[in-house]
Amino acid sequence: MARKVLQVLETAYRCTVQEQDDPVVWITAMMKNAGGDLSLLLRGPAVNYAVNGQDASGLAFGEKKQNQPPRLDEDLGRLLAKGVEVYFVQEDASERGLEPKDLVKGVRPVDRRALPQLLARFDQVWHW
Amino acid sequence: MARKSFVFVVMDPPYESARSVSAYRLMDAAVRKGHDVFVFAYEGGVSQPFAKQAQHPNSVHGRDTTQEDHPLPKDWIAALQAEAKKRGTRFQWMNCGLCVDERGVAETIPDVVRGSPAELWKAAEAADNILVMGAS
Amino acid sequence: MAKWILIESRDPLQTRDVERQFELAAGLAREGHQVTVFLIQNGVFPARRSATSALLEILSKSGVQVLADDFSLRERGIDGDHLAPGVQPAGVDVVIDRMADGAKALWH
Repeated sequence: MARKVLQVLETAYRCTVQEQDDPVVWITAMMKNAGGDLSLLLRGPAVNYAVNGQDASGLAFGEKKQNQPPRLDEDLGRLLAKGVEVYFVQEDASERGLEPKDLVKGVRPVDRRALPQLLARFDQVWHW
Repeated sequence: MARKSFVFVVMDPPYESARSVSAYRLMDAAVRKGHDVFVFAYEGGVSQPFAKQAQHPNSVHGRDTTQEDHPLPKDWIAALQAEAKKRGTRFQWMNCGLCVDERGVAETIPDVVRGSPAELWKAAEAADNILVMGAS
Repeated sequence: MAKWILIESRDPLQTRDVERQFELAAGLAREGHQVTVFLIQNGVFPARRSATSALLEILSKSGVQVLADDFSLRERGIDGDHLAPGVQPAGVDVVIDRMADGAKALWH
């Protein structure tokens, strides 16, 4: 039975440098490639993933340089291009000083009080 | 109650979060109630069934290795596998393959398989319900 | 309308995200869904009668059933005499039963 799944991502920057991406954004892309019907909601600190211009480049330990730093804003852009709807909680963004102009084009705001209606649209909600 | 099938997604490595114990408690409850369980271990969760976990003594507790009897998650998983087998239900633990590679934990206890997010998606579609226990 | 079980594992005094999750639970209940909040791990701390228990009272008044994992309560020395009103101890079996009954399960 095909299901519509909402991925909810709240934890942010836990392992993004070592993994060179966010594991939930990544697995969403992989499951979309496998035919999944998925949307993504960013809440809490994870709303910051939608900020343009994040830069984690330049890390080196001794002579060992990191060649492929995470590019979280680009990863979200790729998800959007695949047809994954990406939402973010408006208040969580505003409280963090974020304005629409700061964010990747195509991410959709949702008010906190409208979250129940958003969640109810999906067959399953996977809260990471 | 009718037999159902559940997917659990776990991400924590052993010993680093109370979530792991909660996950095992939920899996155990599902198995005891006669349901089928599919576990997709992602990220650090792939270390849970690592075959080379070993017990040790604890001088602070004043206990030798046998007395301390330190829990090893691989043994908890094996016990759940055995319990499901005894009941004639399914308990399948699948490790995310790429997560295994980057952590070097390919040596697992028997009957743990390697898979990908596509297989998680397939399992989730086929199951009655799913609980994702993400890391923080 | 759907059934939901929101499992809360975090201490609301440690992170404000817990209040947001409780707001979500109350919001779902106001929309007519059947909602249970299952407190587990450090999430059971507000179940010990204290000022923070008011968060759970708000949930109950919104029509949310509030359960607290009996193992987590015992692990933290929270006995029946100190339990906040409206909170019922329950085993994790309840989570499995609700999932078997089709409740959408969220872990927080």
